[in-house]
Amino acid sequence: MISTNIDQTLVTGHKSYGQITGELLANTQGRPPLWWLVGVGLGGILLAIGGWSFYQTLSKGLGTWGLTNSVAWGWDIINFVWWIGIGHAGTAFTIFFLVFRQHWAGSINRSAEAMTVFAVMCAGLFPLIHMGRPWLAFFILPYPNTRLLWVNYNSPLFWDVLAISTYLIMSVTLWYLGMVPDLATIRDRTKNKIQRTIYGMFSLGWDGSLYTYNRYETLLKLLGGLAAPLVISVHTIVSLNLAVSVIPGWHATILPPYFFVGAIFSGFAMVLTLMILMTKAFSIKDYITEKHFDNIAHVLKYSSLLIGLAYATELFIAWYSGVEYEIYTFFRARASGSFSTAFWIMVIFNAIVPQVFWFKRARKSILSLFLVSIIINVGMWFERYVILVSSLAEDFLPSSWTGYQPTMVDIGIFVGTFGIFTLGMLFFVRFIPVIAINEVKPISRIGKEKTVKDSQDE
Amino acid sequence: MNKGNTRYWKSIGDLAETRELSISEDAGGEEQRSMMEILADEKNETASSRRDFLKWCGISFFSATVISACENPVKKAIPYLTQPEELTPGMATWYASTYQHGNEYCPVLIKTRDGRPIKIEGNPSSALTGGGSSARVQASVLSLYDDGARYHGPLKHAEAASWETIDREIIGQLRNAAARGEKMALVCPSLLSPSTMALIKAFREAFAGLEVITWDAVSYEAIRQAHKESFGLDLVPCYQFDQAELIVSFSADFLGTWVSPVSHAKQYASTRRISEDKPHMSRHIQFEGTLTLTGANADERVPVKPTQEIRILMALYDAMAEATGNIGLGAGAVDYDVQALAGEILDRKGKSIIVCGHNSKECQMLVNGINAMAGNYGRTLDNSAPLHIGRGDQKSFERFAGKLQRGEYSAVLFYNTNPVYHYHQPEMIREGLEKTALSVSFASTRDETASHCTYIVPDNHYLESWNDALFREGHYSLAQPAIHPLFKTRQFQDSLLRWMDREQDFHHFMKQYWQEQLFPKQDAYPDPASFWTHSLQAGVLDTGLATQAMPAYRSGSVREVAMALQQMLQGEAEMEFSAHPHLAMGDGTHANNPWLQEMPDPISSVTWDNYAALSPASARSLNLREGDIIRINGQGEWPVLVQPGQADGCLSLALGYGRTQAGKAGDGVGSNAFPLSRRMAGQRLLFGPVDSWEKVGDGHRFARTQTHFSMEGRAIVRESTLDKYRMDPSAGNELHAYHEKHALTLYPEDHFDGHHWALMIDLNACTGCSTCVIACQSENNVPVVGKDEVRRRRIMHWMRIDRYYNGEADKPGIVFQPVMCMHCDHAPCENVCPVAATMHSKEGLNQMAYNRCVGTKFCINNCPYKVRRFNWFEYARNEAFDYHMNSDLGRMVLNPDVTVRERGVVEKCSFCVQRIQAAKVTAKNERRRLKDGEVLPACVQSCPAEALVFGDLNDKSSRVAQLIKDPRNYHLLEELHTLPSVGYLTKIRNPE
Repeated sequence: MISTNIDQTLVTGHKSYGQITGELLANTQGRPPLWWLVGVGLGGILLAIGGWSFYQTLSKGLGTWGLTNSVAWGWDIINFVWWIGIGHAGTAFTIFFLVFRQHWAGSINRSAEAMTVFAVMCAGLFPLIHMGRPWLAFFILPYPNTRLLWVNYNSPLFWDVLAISTYLIMSVTLWYLGMVPDLATIRDRTKNKIQRTIYGMFSLGWDGSLYTYNRYETLLKLLGGLAAPLVISVHTIVSLNLAVSVIPGWHATILPPYFFVGAIFSGFAMVLTLMILMTKAFSIKDYITEKHFDNIAHVLKYSSLLIGLAYATELFIAWYSGVEYEIYTFFRARASGSFSTAFWIMVIFNAIVPQVFWFKRARKSILSLFLVSIIINVGMWFERYVILVSSLAEDFLPSSWTGYQPTMVDIGIFVGTFGIFTLGMLFFVRFIPVIAINEVKPISRIGKEKTVKDSQDE
Repeated sequence: MNKGNTRYWKSIGDLAETRELSISEDAGGEEQRSMMEILADEKNETASSRRDFLKWCGISFFSATVISACENPVKKAIPYLTQPEELTPGMATWYASTYQHGNEYCPVLIKTRDGRPIKIEGNPSSALTGGGSSARVQASVLSLYDDGARYHGPLKHAEAASWETIDREIIGQLRNAAARGEKMALVCPSLLSPSTMALIKAFREAFAGLEVITWDAVSYEAIRQAHKESFGLDLVPCYQFDQAELIVSFSADFLGTWVSPVSHAKQYASTRRISEDKPHMSRHIQFEGTLTLTGANADERVPVKPTQEIRILMALYDAMAEATGNIGLGAGAVDYDVQALAGEILDRKGKSIIVCGHNSKECQMLVNGINAMAGNYGRTLDNSAPLHIGRGDQKSFERFAGKLQRGEYSAVLFYNTNPVYHYHQPEMIREGLEKTALSVSFASTRDETASHCTYIVPDNHYLESWNDALFREGHYSLAQPAIHPLFKTRQFQDSLLRWMDREQDFHHFMKQYWQEQLFPKQDAYPDPASFWTHSLQAGVLDTGLATQAMPAYRSGSVREVAMALQQMLQGEAEMEFSAHPHLAMGDGTHANNPWLQEMPDPISSVTWDNYAALSPASARSLNLREGDIIRINGQGEWPVLVQPGQADGCLSLALGYGRTQAGKAGDGVGSNAFPLSRRMAGQRLLFGPVDSWEKVGDGHRFARTQTHFSMEGRAIVRESTLDKYRMDPSAGNELHAYHEKHALTLYPEDHFDGHHWALMIDLNACTGCSTCVIACQSENNVPVVGKDEVRRRRIMHWMRIDRYYNGEADKPGIVFQPVMCMHCDHAPCENVCPVAATMHSKEGLNQMAYNRCVGTKFCINNCPYKVRRFNWFEYARNEAFDYHMNSDLGRMVLNPDVTVRERGVVEKCSFCVQRIQAAKVTAKNERRRLKDGEVLPACVQSCPAEALVFGDLNDKSSRVAQLIKDPRNYHLLEELHTLPSVGYLTKIRNPE
């Protein structure tokens, strides 16, 4: 699809190694800028709102949410799937671009992975608190006990627990190990004794020797190989929560690939949003260039087509199956009934709007990139809303059809996850180089340019 | 043993030595060493050393100190010093008793556990109700524990007083009044109890000048008066719907509230139940303005407003008179083919029944005439053994109210009656009470009248009382206390006896009455003592009917009737109202019962509310929308509910709401419709013109349990007609064969070795009365969640009555479908639970382990029938849910055999697994197999129509095993191949 010249310029501005290190460590040094403090304050407010909602949920019960005895999953699972989708991009960046040798991704990996970690943390909160009795959440783990109780391996929810926890561990590991050399760089450059100790601890005695690098690269490749299937498994298993059920609109074999594409789609959109914000916040335009944005826009464009294909396939299969419940769910409830607004938001935002990226001007304009990336994430939220709620609210027996309205607590918890995410990302950009120095240096053309020049001279 | 410590060994020998040692220990060859010896051995190399022991001791002592410092809840469990003879802890004791309130009558069995009544069931020995009951009967046990609304002792001027003071003062005043020849009155409703009536008679004799005023809020007096005109007999005939092939009802909701719904439902169902052996059923035509439960069951329903309905009744009379050569009324033509109906009635001479729900003497006389011309008396209507209801006397009550207002009485006593709420001119009573020197209320719970009385002398709850009843001639029943009075209350009859200075209490009075009056009427028991004991044990006594010739029908003056009816029809208006007793609330006496308040009306699915029901066309013409609030005739405000099936131009209101002094649950729920009632020709009519209405608000949100009423073309309720059924018994159920044939599965079929429980529901017998819903709630400790939570669609009922419309919007067909857990053999809920909290039993039950449930709610989502319920909050011991489960006394009603579910767990119908287990244990103790019909889940037991049949599919002779082979049987959503254990028999209508 994308033909990338491996010799193209990925880092602009003819920088020396020292320059790179200096520029990329800038954010971790000096006094925190005002916008950062404001951001932390804002994140703190969001987190406080989430904390209040969380307290309401825990102290009173799930009744504080808008769920009903027919729609027993609502904003909780919508937000869960949404965050998990966003949490896809980081690992996908690292792994797939590693595999496909898309070196341009090197300067985005770090932030994408950070985003993954925080998004998966946000996502992981929901399965825990959506339980009626979260204090008994350990029941869901297959631990040996004298009561001879065991988990139900048939349940996709159990698969989900395994998939998410594995994915979280793996993405945290990858992210952390990926930054060990950079932590060592900070350790070496910092003058503050406390900081040096802390960074020293986390840099695991990195000495930068060739021997270390050799082992490090091997480790990353191995881990990458292990993580690759996880990227696919985590969201497909999330989709199995729905696909394994009998509910019309859920019971579909298309869901695993559809969810996977959706996750990549929303994850990339979120990466785009964050990258744009970061290039605005830090002087890293030379590292994250228009080329990067252009590439991401291409990916979004094509995955949007896939999403559109999935929507069309669902509708077609619903009609082709001849099952009255499926036909009702897709053509009545979703396309023309109680959920039609959400359905058409989903179609337009996800399958149609990103097609503007066929135009170069749209790919070049930071504003359009930013807007479309936001629109995609809104659209993807609505996609989960449509899938989750419309199928439950209007399923088999019309007698139990209900509407669904979120409460302030539902909204508050979602807001709270933004708090977690915002604070996580802000602390990340403050204490860790947002761009992996050790990954940027190999793809910068230092030396190579010179080599080319030298050979021309000869 | 080797926890944490790696054991090191020096040589192979060292290692082998310990192994040998352990072997010999296992063999038990060596003497067991005590713990202290092991601890004393410094050299012992096992994990626990003496030091460890001391550490553990330290931790234990420390934690014991800390933990004991925390507050422990004090649990009040007091053992019996002397074990009562008839009480085994953990075993239920049953007492036969009788529920009675106005025209409602039901012989019951009271289940008590550890001395507290926990469940009411219909008494199967009763020839009238046969084990059936109604929602109000089922819920009556909860009223016993209503500590918020029940009076805890006698009150004088709303302050607690001692019984001695109260008695002394009241006796003094009554005697003085009697001595001075002043007027006194005892106001009571129609009483069914013969001994109470005898007592009241004696009381009246003891106090000269005492009038006894009998008055019913919902009266059947007109039937009595009409029979006096038509036959010279002051009676209400016994309606025998089971003898009828054609049922024509004019607004009589005989399956819901009219006369004796429990026995009617039983009789009606027997004519509706259909099988290949008996391929015929009754035909039911209903003329009504309000869409009632009965109308919903009709084969042909004619929605007409009340005056139009009377016109049809008159025209039908004329058509009948013409066909039989009698004098007609000369009524005008109506928009209904009455000739055909008259022909149909006459074709089935003596096999039809015509009933009318209006309390109008003239209407009832026409009905008598039609029935007489159709030859129904002596067949479907029995005058020889009449019903003892409807003794109320409107005229004398009105005279009483007038005199009371003028202050002519010096003493008024109210027993079981609440005119301040029920009478349409409550100010007359209120003002009168202020002028009356002695006003006494015997109310057992708070009510509007009692709050205006000087003395409140609280009566016992019926479960604490002795009583008897004579509902139908020759059919007696007894009521006995199942619990000692919870509060300092005294039975009404005992109060009367006390004030008459009798030493005897009512128990002995009644016993004497029975032994003197009823013992001679029977010959089953030789001596009065065993007669009494056995009657008390059985609860019911059938003395047999005296066969006597009944006077013939005489038409009386048709002209007068016609004139009176014409006068009534002058009230015809564009818009008419019609008020009816609510299925759950009745006349509102039990308004403080949260179970009844939360019972969804089977027609509208509304809970906790009453409303003005309008047909879609009427609502359009008045420019009203659902949720608009209107004031009618300046009397009250009701939200509008658009109800398909209402007659155009008829605005229907339920009675029994709008209580102001009922208690926490009942106060301020809805609006009182009694003040709308109007007086005409000595009667109180519950319909009339809407003279004025105005919109006073909008946006009212109903708490409904169902909001989508179309089946969307899905084969959920399968229906056919009698003609088609006769040709093909599987008519309307063709899909069943298709799905059976095409069901494919990769999995092996399930086999159940022991029992395989199943439930069959005959949609033709089910009337939708919702008794099962409350029976289930009572049996299974289902919490009440309140109006707001119902609005959020979180009602906890384990079973529900789904209602769908078919046909046209203005004349819809209505079908009911009870839905509970289907106990699918391939249950979608089971395989999605991550912790295996819901699983299948070896007997085909889908079980819930509440302890294991973490509340992921995946099962709720994956249940295609949506029968699973989530505990969104802690419903017990929670101030926010201050219904019965928030007070010590209210919790007494809980069934100890069923867990009270914690917040955050999922629950659902268990097929009353506790009853299955109890029946199995009984059978095992008696060393026999379970008999078919021995296990009765609460819903099955309570059903007056016997529409539900429960049993073991593996017992090939059981009724369910037979029914599941019926060509009418189908399973809900059988195309999903969930293999439900609940089957439905198609609904067959007889439109002819």
